[in-house]
Amino acid sequence: MSKYLYYPGCSMEGSGKAYHDSLMPVCEKIGLELQEIDDWNCCGATEYLGINKLPAYALIGRNLALAEAQANGAKDIVAPCSACYLNLTKTDSYMAKKDGVDELINDALAAGGLSYEPGQLSIFHLLDVIVHEVGLDTVKKNVVRPLTGLRVAPYVGCMAPRYDYAKRWSDSEHPLELDLLIEALGAEVVDYPLKTHCCGGHMPQISPDTAYELIHRLVDYAEEVKTDIMVAICPMCQMNIDAYQNETNQHLGTNHKMPIVFFTQLMGLAFGIDEKTLGFGTELISAKDALAEIGSEKTVVKKKRPRKDKNALPMPQPLISKAPTREKEISR
Amino acid sequence: MTKGNGGMPQEKIGVYVCHCGTNISAMVDVEDVAQWAADKLKHRGVVIARDYKFMCSSLGQELIEKDIKELGLTRVVVAACSPHLHEKTFRTACENAGLNPYLCELVSIREQVSWVHTDKVAATAKSKAVLSGGVERVLWHEPLEAMSVPIHPATLVVGGGIAGIQASLEIADAGHPVYLVERDPSIGGHMAQFDKTFPTLDCSACILTPKMVDAGVHPNITLMTWAEVENVDGYIGNFDVTVRQKARKVITDLCTGCGICVEKCPKKVLDDIYEAGLGYRKAVYTPFPQAVPNYPVMDLDNCIYFDTGKCKACEKFCPTEAIDFTQEDEIVEFEVGNIILATGYDLFDARKMSNYGYGRLKNVFSSLEFERMCNASGPTEGNIVLRDGVTTPKTVGIIHCVGSRDKNFNEYCSSICCMQSLKFAHVVDERTGAQVYNFYIDIRTPGKEYDEFYNRIVEEGTHFVRGKVAEVTNAARQPDEREKLIIQVEDTLIGKQRRIPVDMVILSAGLEPRHDAKDVAKLFGISCSADGWYIEKHPKLDPIATMTDGVYIAGCVQGPKDIPASVVQGAAAAARVLGKIQQGEMELEPIRASVIEEQCSGCRICNDLCPYNAILFHEETMVSEINAALCQGCGTCVAACPAGAITGTGFSNEQVLAQIEGLLMDVNI
Amino acid sequence: MPHLSPKTEENTKLIEYVASRTGRDSRLETCIQCGTCGGSCPSAMDMEHTPRDVFALLRAGERETVLSSNTPWICVSCYFCAVRCPQEIKIPDVMYTLKSMAITKGAYQDSAASDFSQTFVDMVENYGRSYELGLATRHYLRHFPLRLPSMAPMGMGLLSKKRLNLKPKKIQGIKQLNDILDRAKELEAA
Repeated sequence: MSKYLYYPGCSMEGSGKAYHDSLMPVCEKIGLELQEIDDWNCCGATEYLGINKLPAYALIGRNLALAEAQANGAKDIVAPCSACYLNLTKTDSYMAKKDGVDELINDALAAGGLSYEPGQLSIFHLLDVIVHEVGLDTVKKNVVRPLTGLRVAPYVGCMAPRYDYAKRWSDSEHPLELDLLIEALGAEVVDYPLKTHCCGGHMPQISPDTAYELIHRLVDYAEEVKTDIMVAICPMCQMNIDAYQNETNQHLGTNHKMPIVFFTQLMGLAFGIDEKTLGFGTELISAKDALAEIGSEKTVVKKKRPRKDKNALPMPQPLISKAPTREKEISR
Repeated sequence: MTKGNGGMPQEKIGVYVCHCGTNISAMVDVEDVAQWAADKLKHRGVVIARDYKFMCSSLGQELIEKDIKELGLTRVVVAACSPHLHEKTFRTACENAGLNPYLCELVSIREQVSWVHTDKVAATAKSKAVLSGGVERVLWHEPLEAMSVPIHPATLVVGGGIAGIQASLEIADAGHPVYLVERDPSIGGHMAQFDKTFPTLDCSACILTPKMVDAGVHPNITLMTWAEVENVDGYIGNFDVTVRQKARKVITDLCTGCGICVEKCPKKVLDDIYEAGLGYRKAVYTPFPQAVPNYPVMDLDNCIYFDTGKCKACEKFCPTEAIDFTQEDEIVEFEVGNIILATGYDLFDARKMSNYGYGRLKNVFSSLEFERMCNASGPTEGNIVLRDGVTTPKTVGIIHCVGSRDKNFNEYCSSICCMQSLKFAHVVDERTGAQVYNFYIDIRTPGKEYDEFYNRIVEEGTHFVRGKVAEVTNAARQPDEREKLIIQVEDTLIGKQRRIPVDMVILSAGLEPRHDAKDVAKLFGISCSADGWYIEKHPKLDPIATMTDGVYIAGCVQGPKDIPASVVQGAAAAARVLGKIQQGEMELEPIRASVIEEQCSGCRICNDLCPYNAILFHEETMVSEINAALCQGCGTCVAACPAGAITGTGFSNEQVLAQIEGLLMDVNI
Repeated sequence: MPHLSPKTEENTKLIEYVASRTGRDSRLETCIQCGTCGGSCPSAMDMEHTPRDVFALLRAGERETVLSSNTPWICVSCYFCAVRCPQEIKIPDVMYTLKSMAITKGAYQDSAASDFSQTFVDMVENYGRSYELGLATRHYLRHFPLRLPSMAPMGMGLLSKKRLNLKPKKIQGIKQLNDILDRAKELEAA
């Protein structure tokens, strides 16, 4: 068992409940022990920084300080929410520059009897831990029900691979981690160039028209490439695309019906965990029809190999075709 | 470390403080410094101290010469700019007046004081301290004689692109031998890959191949292609060079260049060098029809015979029995007096910018791919088509500055991409009539007739959009974007985001130092800038020489440049080399390290540290010896010697310690 | 003709001021106006000025125009501009700075955005965690009351699927958190 400090983030208690409910049994299967950071607080999302910068960092700093105190050997935090992950890594990396911000944050933390030494913890997104630390071999070993025939759009969203302060991702715009994971589950990955485009963030609350447009773009293209289901790695992405999709339809006159679930839900499904435990059914755009595609007839139809065109010019090879393997930073 | 008899020096020192216009005098009270030296350093032997507006001017030099003659000065200290600039000037002045030039010391109060400080009082005090250090040091100077070495008349030119060819021809035409060493099977370099050259649009091959042929047949040029320099020893005038001539597996004496072996070879290989990955070659090949020399080479990694032990089709069909599978690499050694490095550049790998889709989106092409596509002898025989090999594009987007002027990749401007992109726009328009969009940040056309060329392209109807392209995507939003590549950009002149659907995208990728530039620099004992380009001796006044005497740089190895500029540098490097050959011999700075034999313990620590391989170990006597001609006076061994057995002429312990003592003098008393 | 800001010293040094408030290495002054940010921005179509335009306006000292622009509020913090900017300018951080400046000056006319942030911050300061139901209802009631009916099915849906908590959760160390935040605010004001 690898031990990680777990920072759930507020959404996991509410709109992202299915994420929480599915990642728990999945992590157990692949040998990840998650120890929740006691009495953690909100990371401030994208709101606090726009009001008041230093308090926003101090807010995040309290979580880092609590984690460091609780660490007891385990030095890695895992955050399932991309926004939380970004805020935690950003604060840690800004503090590590030691250009005065670290002192100010620690001054504020001292008012609550806390302190944090930047660089003491490594902060990971859950997907990153599963692909790079646990490894896809372990994932494959746990697959008892391959998701054959399911066409999945790997929707990574923006805040996990960007800004990538700790330089962990294979690419900040077209990362491969989620594709490789979905493939490991036996599903088919659709070519989804919008994989790190924005879901709208907090725009449903601020400028709903902007949000509808962004949601429409993502869903429309997923439909264009015949996606059965989208997967998210962030509760905000899932919430916007799932819960505001009907809104979007109403405002734009579209007729989208694209289900989106968390990657851990699909993992659980492939691991043979029952749908209810995994939180299936809590999505507003039902995934039921999509899941019916698993093992369906169309998979039996062999894909026609495109005949090699003798006129065609050769293509440059892609720079990254598999996720880079990483040396373990600490032995566990 | 005070020199002098009972503290009374016998030397007569003249001190000269330069204003350097206002470069120094704006931040340092130079008159005060001179007056202070006259008063406070009198007891150290200063007999005269003057300040002058420009010490380096002829009037300034005459001041020194006059004082040496009239006052009988035995030492001179000049407080001015860096020794890099004017040490030689003042040494010459001393020599003219009959004083040994090495009894002159130049201390910098410009680079080290006035340019780097903002407090005039403190800067003036620091100038006094620096000057005091110079005075203490000069007391320990000794008269030295310059050494002289003969210059071998042969020259090594590394790299057979246009810069290297030009340099070789100039030297060879002047009657001196040249070894031109090229890593690839043919000379010609990047220019041989191009179709047209800007701004005149003449055919690249038409103007290049005559020069290639000249270089190939010139009696004074020993052409070594498919060869690499493995080792270089020695110093200016006398370099020992070792070259590995890779086995061609073709006996060049027998080969007629008929090409039958290439035709019969069954193995097709993707050519990612000459064809930039857009076309194929065989396992035995000449890279292009006009290759010089025209003998093929065998690519052992891809040869079926070397893989499976069967085939030998080339051997079977060769009419002159020129194929030799047993041929081995050869080591060739020779001596040269000078070296010109013209190893060129690599193209920026546009796959690193994943937002532009190169390697992911079919119809995104690199600039070199496009050059090959335009070339009549290229994979499409000059037809501009999409990746399917048949469809002519109706709209083409050309993106400037790919990987250049970008802190995420290369910070510098690659200098050629604007003109290259304009050339592409013209060619696309001429051959396809397609709509062309050029996306630029700034249009940079500073060469002769370059801006006129820009105007011509504007007149031809190319659409110019000012904005660095944000992304190239295949994710259509609108019906008119389907099956297209969409270029998303802010048109900064209207302040709006635009999405422009095109059929083809060409990335004007920047130029980068060769991937192995650092290793090659080390081989030749020169240095690279942080970007990886080779550092010239002076960015303005000596862009051809390096800090290592006898090693010159020409063409893109020094920084991105176009063909005319590369030719100029090739010719300039040749002129510099010819000058040295003409001299016959050369004076070397007598700043050298030497080993005090009695103190040397034979530990050999210094042997490996010497960057110039100047230290020789005598096994019999168990002492190290420094070759004075090889030694560049860097001082590494002097500092490293645990026994203190190495001393540097001009940098003896006494000199350095006296200078420190002078620097620490309380100048306010 | 739009009104130009007066050429006071405060305005001519506007870009330096915003840069320094953003952080030591915001690199804002190094903008070369290439438009990578404006080209990358997913919500540029709804912005009054592209980010590039905002930086030009800052350089020109156009304080009123910048602070009343909707640009920073429409920023979705997707970091496309940040990873692509050839000058490595911390653009999202600059947007955060502009938001807080606009709030201080009360310059931005449409209060929906700043109110949402403020409501969110209030929640966090009261409970230590965000409370989605309270946040959404309070916010929509105030700013988009007409949209509420169309939102109702979604809200009911989320509630029925137990994806919205009816009561906020409060952390135990709420006093400690507020001590920290109060101290941080003091330091920020100093």
